[in-house]
Amino acid sequence: MHLRTVLHRRFRTETGHEFVYVASSAAILGLDPLASSIVDAFAEPAGRDAEAWLADHPERADAETALHDLTDLGVIRPTDEAQAPRAQLPPMPFPISTLVLNVTNKCNLSCTYCYEYGDDRLTAGKGSEGTGKARMSDDTARQSIDFLLRNAGDRPQVSITFFGGETLLNFPAIRAAVLYAEERGAVHRKRVHYSLTTNATLLTDEVVDFLTTHRFGITVSIDGDAGQQDRHRTFRGGTGSFATIAPRIQHLVAQNKAKKGRALGARVTLTAGAAPVRETYDFLTKELGFDEVGFAPVTAGLGRTYALGEQGYEKLLREFGELAEDYVAAAVSGQSHGFANLGDLLRELHQGINKAHPCGAGLGLLGVSTEGELGLCHRFVESKSHAVGDVTNGIDEVVRTAFLTKAHVDQKTDCTQCFARPLCAGGCYHEAHVRYGDATRANLHYCEWIRGFIDLGLSTYARILTQNPKFFARFESS
Amino acid sequence: MSSNANEVPAPQRPRARVFPANRKARQLAALVLAQRGSARALTQDPPPTQYPYGCTTIFAPGWEVDSSNGTHGLCQPIERDLYDCYHTCYWPAQVPDGVTNAPTWTQSCGAPMQDWKSIDLVFP
Repeated sequence: MHLRTVLHRRFRTETGHEFVYVASSAAILGLDPLASSIVDAFAEPAGRDAEAWLADHPERADAETALHDLTDLGVIRPTDEAQAPRAQLPPMPFPISTLVLNVTNKCNLSCTYCYEYGDDRLTAGKGSEGTGKARMSDDTARQSIDFLLRNAGDRPQVSITFFGGETLLNFPAIRAAVLYAEERGAVHRKRVHYSLTTNATLLTDEVVDFLTTHRFGITVSIDGDAGQQDRHRTFRGGTGSFATIAPRIQHLVAQNKAKKGRALGARVTLTAGAAPVRETYDFLTKELGFDEVGFAPVTAGLGRTYALGEQGYEKLLREFGELAEDYVAAAVSGQSHGFANLGDLLRELHQGINKAHPCGAGLGLLGVSTEGELGLCHRFVESKSHAVGDVTNGIDEVVRTAFLTKAHVDQKTDCTQCFARPLCAGGCYHEAHVRYGDATRANLHYCEWIRGFIDLGLSTYARILTQNPKFFARFESS
Repeated sequence: MSSNANEVPAPQRPRARVFPANRKARQLAALVLAQRGSARALTQDPPPTQYPYGCTTIFAPGWEVDSSNGTHGLCQPIERDLYDCYHTCYWPAQVPDGVTNAPTWTQSCGAPMQDWKSIDLVFP
């Protein structure tokens, strides 16, 4: 029989442990030297004849057993095997689990790289003004909660994420939504979980008390120390915002710790010329007290001076590698580490997540504009071309299904031969829209970066697995 | 270390050449094992890669474990086996048929942990 190793990625530890990541299933298998040699021997595109290969093998019996195991586990398959048709979509209408409420489209900062108000904005309007209402009314916030609970199917828990503009410019709507959700969630017998992203300028004592009391998952957009933060994250007049937010963050950290709140996250936007990642991580965790830090390269159209560029991505990958060393050291000694990008990736690798769509947008997650219109996610609200209904009349299921069918990873021919497909699935819709004007296109401009980052994840996974496998127990169920 | 000619080598378990590393691989391996259709006991080589949840379904006297490889999920104390096995589990406990032939065999014993000795004898 003619056999061939399926789409895969090999990786190993420095101590000689060999592994394979199988793209069709997202399984990770450890290989002994014999199994390793078999995976490589059958990796040629044309495959090879199994009987002929086994006939010459010095360890024929063992090789046959290993080949049998590898075939059963889907690593090596007949070259002429028909591909099972993949499910296009889960049964629709898919129940909603997360609603992102854009409670305002105004912002009190004027960050120079902002996709919302800068050159890459999706919506009409000027400066930090969208075309819709500046603020979501309390009524619309409450209608959004009803919409979510109505469309959550039998999920025991739903999540509400508050976003902006600067989210806290409309604190009254947040409070109205939370108080209403507490009441309605109890009636529907659903737990409601809240989260919020903020620039921290408006974290007053009252706000902090409310957020920590309701166990909000809080993410602060911050780029690092004063020097880093004030490069791009400025007020309208050009003044940096660090001096304003630092004391507020310290108060938030103290309160959150006192009330045993959820992990506090920082989200760093990476632009050309940013400080090394490890330096920023150390500052945000050790100096300011964040539990987790996530880094995201800036979303930018072609030709923006703050964009990372090819060399910027290479440098970033090296810096991620440096911070990964700290993650491994912590994990080997059984400690958690707050490098959120890597933690999230390791969780997905451990669970063997295999995505048909790059994210939950339009699937389990929708965004709501200030006026109650539904968009694929918070980045698409107010974009008329990606509207999928509104909270009063419900989801436009025809538009939703059409988009998800077109955005399925199997429709992205560029992705067919990429081992990173189960985790990337073509990447962010909004990035693709900004870059190519088509949200369903694969983000080819950052393929190398994604593959490099997943390689880093795989080698990190192997290092931790061979030194402290118990570390991954934390990723078993959630 | 010098080798001792009289030393009996410890029995070696045949080494797995391919082993599941992440959760997905474990699920796949369990599926493959199930499809191959052979029941496996803990004392066999190679041992099963995954244990079912709930009570044990692995038959290896003296080696029963639950899904966490411990005994917390099993009937404790062991006297509970008498009822739990025949009421709620499909474990083939050697107890009288309480549905048709001996519907009253446990009537004299409400709490087997305390008074299992009072259970009636049943003669087929």
